[in-house]
Amino acid sequence: MKTLGASIGVASVAGSSSLLNSCAKIESNNGDKIKLLTSSGELVEVDKSQLKPAEMPSLTEFQKRGREGLPGKSWVMVIDLAKCRNARQCMKACQNHHQLRPEQHHINVLQMQDAEHTAPYYMPKPCQHCDNPPCTKVCPVNATFKRDDGIVLIDNERCIGCRFCIAACPYSARVFNWFEPRDAEKYKGVTYNIEANVPQKKGTISKCLFSADRLRDGKLPSCVSACPNGVYWFGDRNEDAVTNGTTKETVNLTALLKQNAAYTLMEELGTKPRVYYLPPKDRAFPFQEEIKNDH
Amino acid sequence: MEKIESAAESRKLLNKITNDLTRSIVKKDELTRFWFFILIMFVIVGLWGWIVQIKTGLGVTGMRDYVSWGMYIANFVFFVAVSLIGFLISSALHLLKIPWAKPISRVAEQVAIAFVALAGIIIVMDMGRPDRFMNIFLHGRFASPIIWDVTVITTYLAISVLLFYIPLIPDLAILRDKMSDKLPKWQLTMYKILSLGWKGSAEQYKTIYHAMRVLMILIIPVGLSIHTVTSWLFAATLRSGWDTAILGPYFVAGAFVAGTAAVIMVMYVYRLRYGLKDYFEDFHFDYMGKLLVFVCLVYLYFNVNEYLVPGYKMKEADGIHLNELFQGNYSGVFWIVQVAGLILPIFLLLFSYFRKPLPISIISFVVLIMAWLKRYIIVIPTLEHPFLPVQNVPGIFQHYSPTSIEVMITIFSFVAALIIISVLAKLFPVITIWEYASEKGIDKKYLTENDKN
Repeated sequence: MKTLGASIGVASVAGSSSLLNSCAKIESNNGDKIKLLTSSGELVEVDKSQLKPAEMPSLTEFQKRGREGLPGKSWVMVIDLAKCRNARQCMKACQNHHQLRPEQHHINVLQMQDAEHTAPYYMPKPCQHCDNPPCTKVCPVNATFKRDDGIVLIDNERCIGCRFCIAACPYSARVFNWFEPRDAEKYKGVTYNIEANVPQKKGTISKCLFSADRLRDGKLPSCVSACPNGVYWFGDRNEDAVTNGTTKETVNLTALLKQNAAYTLMEELGTKPRVYYLPPKDRAFPFQEEIKNDH
Repeated sequence: MEKIESAAESRKLLNKITNDLTRSIVKKDELTRFWFFILIMFVIVGLWGWIVQIKTGLGVTGMRDYVSWGMYIANFVFFVAVSLIGFLISSALHLLKIPWAKPISRVAEQVAIAFVALAGIIIVMDMGRPDRFMNIFLHGRFASPIIWDVTVITTYLAISVLLFYIPLIPDLAILRDKMSDKLPKWQLTMYKILSLGWKGSAEQYKTIYHAMRVLMILIIPVGLSIHTVTSWLFAATLRSGWDTAILGPYFVAGAFVAGTAAVIMVMYVYRLRYGLKDYFEDFHFDYMGKLLVFVCLVYLYFNVNEYLVPGYKMKEADGIHLNELFQGNYSGVFWIVQVAGLILPIFLLLFSYFRKPLPISIISFVVLIMAWLKRYIIVIPTLEHPFLPVQNVPGIFQHYSPTSIEVMITIFSFVAALIIISVLAKLFPVITIWEYASEKGIDKKYLTENDKN
C-alpha cells in the first residue's frame, strides 16, 4: 500500500504503457467489470474474471533477481544544480519509499559553497553508485555489492552491521539503523525486498538504491519523480538517453553532459560515480539562507 | 651461570625456586577472593550493558551515521596493540638471544593472550548484528580487510596460546609431581592431563626447543600482520587522517609502546603481590625501561612523519583534521597524549632513577592511558569531518561523545582481560620454573625427581 500511495499522481511513461496492455486484454472478455486504482493513480475497469490475488515473489526470488539486476541496463542520474531550490520533495518521497526515519537520508540536499568567495548552491546528494565503489570492496560478507546494471545494493538479510562501508564511503551516502526502524511494527512479516531495502532492519545498513524496485516496474526513482523543479534526469547509459522526472522530456545523455559541462563529485578519488552534476550556473532560484560552515 | 654440582645444593635451590614461583598458585587469601569478586561484578554490569544494546540497537551508544565507529573500535585497536608485546618479547628478543627477556616472556604471553582474545570479543560487541557472526565464515569475502583481520587475529591467538603452553609443559610436570599436598585434586588432575605425560627426557626437551623455535619464527609475520592489518581497516579508506601509507608501521610502533608499558605494570604487580623481588629484579625493570625509551623514540619518529608531512601542506580536508587536533576540539587530548605519552617518558626514562620498579611502573601506567586516548583520537576526529558537510541531522550526529553503555562495555573489556591474566597467574607459574632453574645452574634431572621434601 505504501508504494501505491507514494506513487499516486506520478504517472511515468512505462507505467502508462503497461496500463494500455492490460486494457487491451480486458476488451476481449465479457462479464462484470470492477473499478480499480492502478499504482500510477489511474482509475480503470477490469473484468471480474480477470481478478486474482497479487502474487508476491518469495524472498529467494527477490534476492536472486535483486542480485542479478536488470539485463542490458546501465543506469545513470544527472542532477542539474541550476534548477535546485531546496524544495526537498525528493528527500520526502525517498524517506516514504524506503521507510526511513526523519534523520535518515538516502538523498540529502546539502548547502554547498566550494570556496570562500564563491556562490553557495543546493546540492542533492544521493549514493553516487560508483563504478569503483570503495564501500563494496570492504564489505566482509558481500552484503553490499554492485550489479551489472550499475546499481550498488545492500542485502539486509546478510549485513552484519560492522559499518566498515560507512567509514569507506567518501560521500557519506550510507545510513545505519541504530534503532528499530520506523514502521517496524507495521511491516512486520512483510517479505524483504532487496531492491527497495524494505522493510528496514535494526542493526543493518541502508542507502540510496536508485529505487531499483521502481526501475523493475518501469518507473523512475522516487526522488526523480517527486521533484517539482526539473532537477533530475534519469536513464540508461546504454541507450544514451535520460528522462527528466518533472517534464518527462527525454534527451540525449552525451549531449546533455557535454553542453552543460557536467562533472562528477570528487572525481579525484577515482570512485567513478554514476551520478553526474550540471554546474549551478544561471540558477533558476536564488540561494536564500546563510551558508552554514559545518564541515 | 655455573653448574651446581652438589645434589643437595641443587635440590635446595630448586625447592626455593619452586616455592617462590608457585606462591601465586598456592596462595589463597581474602584479597584474591575480593579481587575476583570485584572483577566479576564489573563483568556482569558490562554484559548487562551489552544485552541492553542488543535489545535497543546500537543507538544506545553515542555513534551515529557520521561517527559510525566510536570508543569500541578505538578500544579494539588498543587491545590489538597491547597484545603485540607477546611477539616482541617472547619471539623477537629471544631470537636475538637477549637473555634478560627470558623470565618476562610468560608475562608477555599472558598479556598477549588476554588482550588479543578480548580484541576479538570487543569487535563482536561492536557489530550491529552479532547474531549473524557466522556470516563472516559462510559468506566471507576475502577482499575485505576485516576478513584478513579475523584470519590473522585468530592465528595470532592460536600461536600465542601455544607459545604460552609449550614451555609450560615441564612446569606442569613439576606442579603435578611436587605439589600434591598443597593443591586440590581437580587442579592436580588438570596438571596431569595438561603435562601430557612429561618425563623430562633429553629427547622431550629437544622437541620443546624445536617447537618453540618454529613458533617464535612463525609468530613474526603473524604478529606484524595483526596490527598492520588492523591499521588497514583505516588506511583502506579515503578519509583524511587515515588515508596514509605509513599507518601500518605507525600502528606497529605504537603497539610496542603500549605493550611494553602493560608488561612492566604486570611485572610490578607480580613482584609486589607474590614476593618475586629476586625474580623480576631491578635490572629487569631497568632493561624494560630502556626498551620503552627505544620503542617510544621509534614511535615519535613515526608521529613526526604522520603529522608534519600533511601539516606542512595543509590540503583542504587534511587541514581541517589537523586543525582539530592541534588547536580544535581535540587539542587538549592530542597534546597531553604527545607530551605525557611520548616525550615525557622518553626524557624521564633516560635517568636510571626513573627506571627503578616503582617509578617506571607509574610512568608505564600513564603511558598506557595515553596510548588508549591516542587510539581514541585516531578513530573519532577523522569521522567527525567527512568530505561533505554534515547537514539535516540532529546535533548528536556531528559530535560524538560516548554513552554510559559504551563506557560499561569498555570497562568490561579491560576487566575481562584482567580476569584472564589473573586466572592464568592463579593456575600457572608466572615465570618458567625449569628455564629459570637451568639458568641458575640446576641440572634438569632434578626437575622431575619425585621428592616430597
